[in-house]
Amino acid sequence: MKAKVHVTLKAGVLDPQGKAIGHALESLGFEGVGEVRQGKFIELELQETDPDRARAQIEQMCQRLLANTVIENYRIDLEG
Amino acid sequence: MRSAVIVFPGSNCDRDAQVALNAAFGRPPTMIWHGEATLPPHDLIVLPGGFSYGDYLRSGAMAAQSPVLRALRDEVERGVLVLGICNGFQVLTEAGILPGVLMRNAALKFVCRDVELIVETSASPFTRGYEAGQVLTIPVAHHDGNYFADAATLDRLEGEGRIAFRYASDDNPNGSARNIAGILNDRGNVLGMMPHPERAVDPLHCGTDGRAMFAGLMEALAA
Repeated sequence: MKAKVHVTLKAGVLDPQGKAIGHALESLGFEGVGEVRQGKFIELELQETDPDRARAQIEQMCQRLLANTVIENYRIDLEG
Repeated sequence: MRSAVIVFPGSNCDRDAQVALNAAFGRPPTMIWHGEATLPPHDLIVLPGGFSYGDYLRSGAMAAQSPVLRALRDEVERGVLVLGICNGFQVLTEAGILPGVLMRNAALKFVCRDVELIVETSASPFTRGYEAGQVLTIPVAHHDGNYFADAATLDRLEGEGRIAFRYASDDNPNGSARNIAGILNDRGNVLGMMPHPERAVDPLHCGTDGRAMFAGLMEALAA
């Protein structure tokens, strides 16, 4: 089973990198770009075939390593 | 005084710490590789600066999962003194031994220069060599030193006297919340700080304000 994990900064946590990307887009001439937030995308392959168990397992991975929950949220998408 | 320096792949201030500890204590520290699952008895364990595991995922995130960190947790429980400098501070927050997190510097640049550091408390084995309010000149060299924690945590750290060092308010190099440069754990036996006291112990370093930290530790452990 494949899983996709998106790790994003929590609302209210400053994201200077996102801001810099926004400025760069502006300087390239892209108009109408609002706030830009940068995150991480992690793809995992699991042997587990049961979606509930897979989700529970990835939840643990996010809590313990993939995200720093002081500043980051995560979203888990399972495929197949 | 038995001191040790933990060495991770990518540590680059382990030798600086080694030299500083040797000079201060008259006895070289044990250098301990990150793969060690047990730690021999020590009075002080230093997590040095650098880029452990190439800063993969987040600074300190991989090192926080290494075998030696499991052993370090037991030592922290036992009351052994632990000093995390720069990447060492990042490792301690990622391991949950200290609260909060070190984010990318607000100005996004790697900062390598001397900063003015204010001693917030002398009531710790790490800072007893200083006076509260004393202003030190100590170098910083980091890309991820922007200390962040929620307001309740920051209030608690302040209320419990656990802020060890702050940057002078006009000299905050990284955007850290409340100018925080170094914090203590609740028991006071773990200090994490972004500036490098071990790089300010010899006249050739252009400053020796870091010496009193090691002298204070020597006193604390002799007492």
